[in-house]
Amino acid sequence: MAKGDPGGTTRSRRAASRSRKGAAGDPALVQLLTPEGERIDSATGPDGTEYRVDFTDEEYRGLYRDLVLVRKLDAEATALQRQGELGLWASLLGQEAAQVGSGRALRTQDMAFPTYREHGVLYCRGIDPIMPLGLFRGVDQGGWDPNEFKFNMYTIVIGAQTLHATGYAMGITIDGKTGTDDGEAAIAYFGDGATSQGDVNEAFVWASVFNAPLVFFCQNNQYAISEPLERQTRVPLYQRAAGFGFPGVRVDGNDVLATYAVTRTALDNARLGQGPSLIEAYTYRMGAHTTSDDPTRYRIASEVEAWQAKDPIARVKAFLEKQQIADAGFFAEVDEQARRESVHLRERVLEMPDPEPVTMFDHVYPNGSPLLDEQRAKFSRYMESFEGSAH
Amino acid sequence: MATETLTIGKALNTGLRRALENDPKVIIMGEDVGKLGGVFRITDGLQKDFGDQRVIDTPLAESGIIGTAVGLAIRGYRPVCEIQFDGFVYPAYDQIVSQVAKMHYRSGGRLSIPMVIRIPFGGGIGAVEHHSESPEAYFAHTAGLKVVTCANPQDAYVMIQQAIASDDPIVFLEPKRRYWEKGQVDLDAPLSDAYPLHSARVVRPGTDVTVLAYGPMVRTCLEAATAAAEDGRELEVIDLRSLSPLDLTAAYESVKRTGRAVVVHEAPSNIGLGAELAARITEECFYSLESPVLRVTGFDIPYPAARVEEEFLPDLDRVLDAVDRTFGW
Repeated sequence: MAKGDPGGTTRSRRAASRSRKGAAGDPALVQLLTPEGERIDSATGPDGTEYRVDFTDEEYRGLYRDLVLVRKLDAEATALQRQGELGLWASLLGQEAAQVGSGRALRTQDMAFPTYREHGVLYCRGIDPIMPLGLFRGVDQGGWDPNEFKFNMYTIVIGAQTLHATGYAMGITIDGKTGTDDGEAAIAYFGDGATSQGDVNEAFVWASVFNAPLVFFCQNNQYAISEPLERQTRVPLYQRAAGFGFPGVRVDGNDVLATYAVTRTALDNARLGQGPSLIEAYTYRMGAHTTSDDPTRYRIASEVEAWQAKDPIARVKAFLEKQQIADAGFFAEVDEQARRESVHLRERVLEMPDPEPVTMFDHVYPNGSPLLDEQRAKFSRYMESFEGSAH
Repeated sequence: MATETLTIGKALNTGLRRALENDPKVIIMGEDVGKLGGVFRITDGLQKDFGDQRVIDTPLAESGIIGTAVGLAIRGYRPVCEIQFDGFVYPAYDQIVSQVAKMHYRSGGRLSIPMVIRIPFGGGIGAVEHHSESPEAYFAHTAGLKVVTCANPQDAYVMIQQAIASDDPIVFLEPKRRYWEKGQVDLDAPLSDAYPLHSARVVRPGTDVTVLAYGPMVRTCLEAATAAAEDGRELEVIDLRSLSPLDLTAAYESVKRTGRAVVVHEAPSNIGLGAELAARITEECFYSLESPVLRVTGFDIPYPAARVEEEFLPDLDRVLDAVDRTFGW
């Protein structure tokens, strides 16, 4: 799928004969593709909004390609950590559809504020997947220019970026960039644990009262490291939006089509000046919180197996096969591309040089500091004192 | 040349007005900064003249003020955030220390957060708790932040504009009990010719003891110098102005002449700015010192009840007592 502006959704509150109010077994869940790969024509959100997608075969294949590539690159990063080439990795395994669906729903002019796990969104923005690996390898602070990529730097302090996204969205309004189809919107990513943070709740208040063009995209992956959702909330997370005065919707986060439809609609509402909304992408973190975590200490195998049956990629493959949208040759070609890109990623990670120690003094202040210059000079002289010695 | 007599408060207000006029990207945000003009009226009349999209009354959430200002800065704005009182800044501490201070570093120099965080600080106004604190050490300790404070109307007018024009994130501490003190302000001198923001200044030359102060304590020290002169002792008073980075060029030169240094601040002494100043002066002026560097500070207690704050705060007598003690070694 081409980056930028794939496919489209149809927004309509007209009841469709083949639409479904939520998915089977969970009336609140917006779903357009079942775990078995069955397409649902349209689904209705809690406020009556009807969601559907209208993709070409090429676009369906593109989404599948994204999902496979994102999973493969993520697995490569996990392997690199296990081999000591990265200090840490926060895997997105299981959350590919939530990230590809929402990432592909962004228009070129939209701005994303990720946590530290949105490698899939980053990929969909057309950004080189090597970019965040400096942070995890420990060779830099993981930085880039958010405005160059329309993708903020990863934020590790939980929930802090939701306020940044809110302020950015307020800036969109002040700039007069809402109210038209080509208006701008922002999206803030966070997890179920973050919903307990003060900053996230403050962001909800601010976005609401300033009618900010912002989508709060919560990937509810059921765990905040070891703590299950029940430790964060007693109500479904999407219902929290009502108390803040904007719409909330729960989408099957393992369904790339529904996630795309719901996010595209929310972003378009925002860019048209209709204010913020909350999407709860209901999903599951199949792997560990990070490579430092051991999920076997706090969750049982049967739970993981149950979610395995809802895999976000298997259902798209089943759909493509059933509908004869893709053949074995296509699947093999995607696997080969994924293998090639992951090998390429690995090669470049291994080539990342350690920084010169003195560079730690760089970029503390845009305008510099005489005291820091002095400290840097002293450190340089100290380091130079070892030159030529046996050390 | 338009020179006017202004209070520090009015000088800040006029400086903010100038900044809003000169750069459409400057935005003021905070609690009650709109119609009310802020609880100290520092933003008085600005929303009326510049509109509620440039002078924004925010929800009552300090982390929200700073966090959303980060987002506005990413989008190219230059937010000037008002924290209503020193003791209310702590809910925003994470955003200031972990986000504002580090963004430029994390981005490898690709992103700047040109934000000013204005905080009325210090005691002496008979307030209830959380309204009289001196949190400068917390911020001066944080790499990536700069910290400045003004002590007279001319500096207030110029420094607030310099801080807003700077691409560095700056904590701008305002000596709240001096808001109403008057002085001459040259309103027309171009900013480009102004005294540098991060430079200290000798505000009274002297020969016997060097006294270092900033913010509300500068006036206290000037009064102490006047009293000392009556006793035949000449104090050199230096207004530090920039607390991070410190500019100690003038201080070193002075102490090498006087051989004695006294540091004065309202904040508690323990691990405070005075300790850093004493250490640096000792390193740089070791062979010139006739006595240790002495500190005159608030005590190591929570800010006390208003009826005893006079005893808590350094005053003329405590400064002179320390000056006397430097001659006891």
